[in-house]
Amino acid sequence: MSGEAVVMLIIAIVLVWGGLATSIVALTRHPELPDHPEAPPPPQH
Amino acid sequence: MEQQREQWGTRLGFILAAAGSAIGLGNIWRFPYVAYDNGGGAFLIPYLVALLTAGIPLLILEYTLGHRFRGSPPLTFRRLARPAEAIGWWQVAICFVIAVYYAVIVAWAVMYTGFSFTLAWGDDPDTFLFQEFLQVADEPGMISSYVAGVAWPLVGVWLVVLAILVFGIRGGIERANKILIPLLVLIFGVLVVRAITLDGAGVGLDALFTPDWSAITDGAVWVAAYGQIFFSLSVGFGIMITYASYLRRRADLTGTALVVGFANSSFELLAGIGVFATIGFMASASGIAVDEVATSGIGLAFVAFPTIISSLPATPELFGVLFFASLSVAGMTSLISIVQVVVATVQDRLGTRRLPAVLIVGGGAAIASIVLFPTGEGLYILDAADHFINQYGIALAALVIVITVAWLLRRLPMLQSHANETSAVRIGRWWLIALGVITPLVLGWMMWDSLQTELAANYEGYATSFLLVAGWGVALAALVFGLVMSRLPWRGTEMEPVPVSREATEEGRR
Repeated sequence: MSGEAVVMLIIAIVLVWGGLATSIVALTRHPELPDHPEAPPPPQH
Repeated sequence: MEQQREQWGTRLGFILAAAGSAIGLGNIWRFPYVAYDNGGGAFLIPYLVALLTAGIPLLILEYTLGHRFRGSPPLTFRRLARPAEAIGWWQVAICFVIAVYYAVIVAWAVMYTGFSFTLAWGDDPDTFLFQEFLQVADEPGMISSYVAGVAWPLVGVWLVVLAILVFGIRGGIERANKILIPLLVLIFGVLVVRAITLDGAGVGLDALFTPDWSAITDGAVWVAAYGQIFFSLSVGFGIMITYASYLRRRADLTGTALVVGFANSSFELLAGIGVFATIGFMASASGIAVDEVATSGIGLAFVAFPTIISSLPATPELFGVLFFASLSVAGMTSLISIVQVVVATVQDRLGTRRLPAVLIVGGGAAIASIVLFPTGEGLYILDAADHFINQYGIALAALVIVITVAWLLRRLPMLQSHANETSAVRIGRWWLIALGVITPLVLGWMMWDSLQTELAANYEGYATSFLLVAGWGVALAALVFGLVMSRLPWRGTEMEPVPVSREATEEGRR
């Protein structure tokens, strides 16, 4: 492979797979919150 | 009372299902050639720009619509604004048409996985495909012969898809994708490793990645980049709206859209490496230039690849099984999502349970598929229907959606605040500009461009009478179906637009 092609291959991998890795990390840092209750809980006696 | 809507079991389950839908045949057989043909390494720039300014913004839009209005496309658009309901029905008709022919290609891939064990295509894969396996008629026209060798695997594909759908979102679709997507990555990964270790692989990768910087200033290259992102991500025909309608209320919409968008592109890039490394082997082994071997679509998968597989020095059977099994799995997970749009619509519209909905819809689509396509003329009908429903179904519907939501109804700011309410990555003005300005302009330009090509010469040189039925006729029928269905009254009051939650009600008042 030519040097130019190798550089573009590496840049493509870093940007696209790096983008995937970064977005996965960003998502896992924010665990899913539990759902809001649909209605207020019944009053406690 | 409205039935409790199904939900995804886990966030990972939704991401795998959405990625499974986005990753399809186009990632494997379309992206590598489009990239190669449009500037090679330099294509990366328009491609990434298109991903960030159209692909991911559209994904976020569809997720937010489905999540906010919690319905299949007709119900979602009806709840957005009554007259917009027609768009949803149009999308459902598009999904029906695509499901009917997409299943056929999955059936071919399944058969070729089997053929790989014995390299059944012999010395002339072209003749094998068109004459022995598909028994294609000499010219396009109405159906005149039936091909049992395609019909039986097609029945099998439909049975598997319907069986998965019967088990519902969590028990069927989510569970299937949790198995199939890791499996796809594994088998395709093994294939790529084998491909890059072949003699001459570097020649192919050179052809794919050497940048032609002049391409950056060529408008056609940018149109190709937006087209690839657009058709590859499964946006525009309601799948992501439907899948997102089963998300939990507090789901992170923008974060998952980023993961799914980049996952789709990551697989595409992997496919580019695998396909061009293989093509490089072929070119250097036979002493011909890469541009004479490089191709896309059915020709790449079912003619060029079998030719290359037969000439491999060691274990060609294994390579064939890995390649066609990848195609089968990638196609199957996309097909499931396409049929689910129609199933969800029947459930919403008629208030039926899942089983009858699957049987009505799936059965109808399966019968149409099994009657029309395992025939001598099936390939021509498939080719014409695919081209016209993509251009004047999916792309046109997406254009109508962005114009309707952004400009006619002016609901982007409301959707933006809905997405930001539950998402860690907040969307700002760039999202409004991407959907309000960039996407309509690019899609509008693509539409104008393809219409001009269409009017200059008949697609693939097919007869006008044939195109009026199998091409224009199919695309127009989907649109008319949408308009007609949206005029029919919904039965009962349970399907009337209802506020989805307290927060939504408050939001509506703002």
